[in-house]
Amino acid sequence: MKKPVIEFINFGFKYRSQAKPTLTNINFTVYEGEKVLIVGPSGSGKSTIGHCINGLIPHSYKGDITGQLKIIGMDTSTEPISAISKKVGTVLQDPDGQFIGLSVAEDLAFSMENDCLPQAEMISKVKEAAEIVGMSDHLGYSLHSLSGGQKQRVALGGVMVDEVNILLFDEPLANLDPATGKHAVELIDQLNRERNKTVIIIEHRLEDVLFRNVDRIIVVNDGEIVSDLSPAELLATDVLERVSVREPLYIRALKYAGCKITPEMRPERIDSLNINGCKEKLLHWLEEVESLNPLTSSKPILQLENIAFSYPGGNKILNNLSFSIAEGEMVSIVGKNGAGKSTLTKLICGFERPSSGRIIIEGQDAAKDTIKDRALKVGLVMQNPNHMISKHLIYDEVALGLTIRGVAETEIRKRVDETLKICGLLPYRKWPISALSFGQKKRVTIASILVLQPRILILDEPTAGQDFRHYTEIMDFLQQLNKLGVTIILITHDMHLMLEYTPRAIVIESGEKIADDLSVNVLADKAVIDRANLKETSLFELAALAEVRDAKKFIQRFIAHDKVVGRKWQ
Amino acid sequence: MAKSLSTKTIVAIGIGTAVFVILGRFVSIPTGIPNTTVETSYAFLALMAVVFGPVAGGLIGFIGHALKDAIFYGSPWWSWVVVSAFVGFLLGFAARNIKVEDGIFGAKQIISFNVSQVIVQAFGWMLIAPALDILIYGEPANKVFVQGLVAGLSNMVTVGVIGTLLLAAYARTRSKTGSLDKEETL
Amino acid sequence: MAVEMLSYLDRKSLIHNLTGVTKLLCFIMWSFASMLTYDTRILFFLLIGSILVFIISKIKIADVAFVLVFILIFLFINNLAIYIFSPQEGVKIYKTQHVLFTITGSYNITIEQLFYQLNITLKYLTVIPAALLFMVTTHPSEFASSLNRIGVSYSIAFAVALALRYIPDVQRDYRTIALAQQARGLDMSRKEKLPKRFKNAVLIIFPLVLSSLDRIETISNAMDLRGFGKNKKRTWYSARPFRRNDYLALLLIGMVFVLSITVTFYDGNRFYNPFL
Repeated sequence: MKKPVIEFINFGFKYRSQAKPTLTNINFTVYEGEKVLIVGPSGSGKSTIGHCINGLIPHSYKGDITGQLKIIGMDTSTEPISAISKKVGTVLQDPDGQFIGLSVAEDLAFSMENDCLPQAEMISKVKEAAEIVGMSDHLGYSLHSLSGGQKQRVALGGVMVDEVNILLFDEPLANLDPATGKHAVELIDQLNRERNKTVIIIEHRLEDVLFRNVDRIIVVNDGEIVSDLSPAELLATDVLERVSVREPLYIRALKYAGCKITPEMRPERIDSLNINGCKEKLLHWLEEVESLNPLTSSKPILQLENIAFSYPGGNKILNNLSFSIAEGEMVSIVGKNGAGKSTLTKLICGFERPSSGRIIIEGQDAAKDTIKDRALKVGLVMQNPNHMISKHLIYDEVALGLTIRGVAETEIRKRVDETLKICGLLPYRKWPISALSFGQKKRVTIASILVLQPRILILDEPTAGQDFRHYTEIMDFLQQLNKLGVTIILITHDMHLMLEYTPRAIVIESGEKIADDLSVNVLADKAVIDRANLKETSLFELAALAEVRDAKKFIQRFIAHDKVVGRKWQ
Repeated sequence: MAKSLSTKTIVAIGIGTAVFVILGRFVSIPTGIPNTTVETSYAFLALMAVVFGPVAGGLIGFIGHALKDAIFYGSPWWSWVVVSAFVGFLLGFAARNIKVEDGIFGAKQIISFNVSQVIVQAFGWMLIAPALDILIYGEPANKVFVQGLVAGLSNMVTVGVIGTLLLAAYARTRSKTGSLDKEETL
Repeated sequence: MAVEMLSYLDRKSLIHNLTGVTKLLCFIMWSFASMLTYDTRILFFLLIGSILVFIISKIKIADVAFVLVFILIFLFINNLAIYIFSPQEGVKIYKTQHVLFTITGSYNITIEQLFYQLNITLKYLTVIPAALLFMVTTHPSEFASSLNRIGVSYSIAFAVALALRYIPDVQRDYRTIALAQQARGLDMSRKEKLPKRFKNAVLIIFPLVLSSLDRIETISNAMDLRGFGKNKKRTWYSARPFRRNDYLALLLIGMVFVLSITVTFYDGNRFYNPFL
């Protein structure tokens, strides 16, 4: 007899600050040892379900609950959050926000400190937990010095010390590079199998999670559960497409080729997939391909020549880096965390000066530019829009860069209105920014940079944390800008973004350039993929399964098709 | 001291202290008068005191000032540390009826906030700080009273201008939440 | 462009091995002794003591040089200000007047004034080594557990730990924001007029404050989820047990404290007067 550990019974929840309930009529049960994935677009209520399971609702977020939620027999609305946290361990999305201790060991010990465990016992338990998550060699390290993947291991270890029954992961992959994400999924799987932990994962990167077995996928949309099926069954439906959650790429390719997905094909993982029934269709579909567009070789707008950089007294962060970007290009710069991407951005924007080498912008050596001058040529959109926004109204925010430069009022109005129009924000110019979603704020920050009319735009992880709908919105917008003549450089972890939107990619590893080629070629190069912590896309594997000779052509075909179809369902 | 502080208040004290230290070290505006800078950190202290209450305000002022002095200047100047705590506490106490977290910060609240900040700071910087300087450090009276006067006036202006702006901005981010539909309109 | 700040330096020394509680208590007693006394003999004695301790700690002048420069500049300006505002304070205190140089009227330089200002300078000089040492030899987390052990409630001790933990993060945020705003044309220097400087500062403070308020929410959720505050007490992973040296140090500094207070107030006056 399976033992239920999480039971939602006619459950509903309305945040005190909101007019309508966020969750309605939620009914599902999770049994001991199960591994359940919860997916849904932004604002669907999937994170709210997570808050309910770990007790933040109703203990930290106030509101009205209807129905009932039981965690291992406890009613969450009457049990204190400290009791719930003994059963449910939560690993939050932002690894930086959840660390409380200064060192790894201390952070692992946090919940035991709160339990008043004697020191000797804490020390041995910390050792144990560190071993489980593979951080034994880093106990004394400061949390600042860890990589994204290591931080997540520490966060996981911190809840493992409590011997919780249920592990809850809130978007565990959001801040990880592709290869590290893969390791995280493996580790979660291991805990599930070997220690019989019940695992709940909330994530919209479906394909990455399905890399290891998942028992069920619950799809949430508009605060309700729209499906609760095994992965194989779910992928055979059109539910994901309807709620705009991105399907695995190989599934999408098969659907484009006109194949019907059935649970019998075992579509949940590429390595279990059986496509014997539709090879023909795939090959046929491939014939309608357009040719690869070669790299354009027009006038260079940004040239880096033998750039090296190190902080005073520090190690070399960048070494002998050279590349050239042509006017009107859209390029990705990829590489693992700490490879030197953000330092490179700082150099291009003039925030830091290279120790040696030259940066040439529009044919001129840019060494003498101040930050303020450089901003007129190169605009930077930072990853976190909250770091850039300092005004209340959209119009004022976008106008700010012109106002502080003392541009005349009429000119400001003209340029701001033009920019808002390009960004699709003109009707909302008098709106308060605080009323916007993350993706909309991003758009405002792009507008506030564009208004200075830079020829080059650099965006740091423009789609991080966005669901598929917002992702497509932002990227299509950038593509339009690119067509208007703005050169665009993307700093990203997202392999699909690079493949789909930027013909060319530059790969940085340990401060050096290790590849500079068509994106398709970069992702077909096993050596580069391994060195830079990238991940091969499943399309290559599908091409191999279908015995397609030219895998790159296959991918090109997919991208061309995806863009046409992608537009339609928005 | 309150019976027990909520986790949120404790975190607010910790993070508030960190921000107070960074503002105190990096974001001070030279006024043009030698050795006198406008300390923007007091505007932030006022915000935290109004939002999180007198205990948080007092502790952020105390720990923040002591840490800032210790980390960047080697040793805390205790007499003024005490006054920072006093100002933080009383600002929070005086503003206990201003419900800024519900998005209410209109003309009436602005006036009441500013009247109380001027009184509290006049008392703190122009009276207590010099008195403690004489008591603890035995410094000459007319020197410390002039210092207190200048610092007091400058902090009143800072809190009055930047503090009011910060509170208004904070109130705006909190307002109308009841009517916010999650449906996106763009 | 990293701004230097005092932080824990990991060395092996007698001072490092003392617990945070010991160091905190010693530092407090030491500061009070030097704050309260104006007795030149005691001040000299304390100054020599703190220099000795500094040597034992294996901390080098170079480690803290950047702060020392600040302190010396401050001391100089403070001395100048005292003289400008109160050139005859020493005469008032010591009730005699020995003029060294005549300048004009009340600005005549007197031995009493010089002696008074020497005392003030000594007071700062005695506290500084102790304060510097406390900062660089005490691990921040152990410091929090120490506060708790000497009777500060653990919530507040923990708030201090959080502050120390997050100062570097907030500093990084501040830098990012400042750069973003500079790229938009913001001028932070003295070139701008005062009202403009106010406005510019606000443009940096706003994003910093609002993102810090978000951070408060995230961290407090993370702490709630890991059971913070459920008991009246908590234990500390990085607490350290008391050893013989801790008792010895406390005893020694305690004696110095009592002695210096006794000597100072023995004749009912904080000032040691060599002029009478």
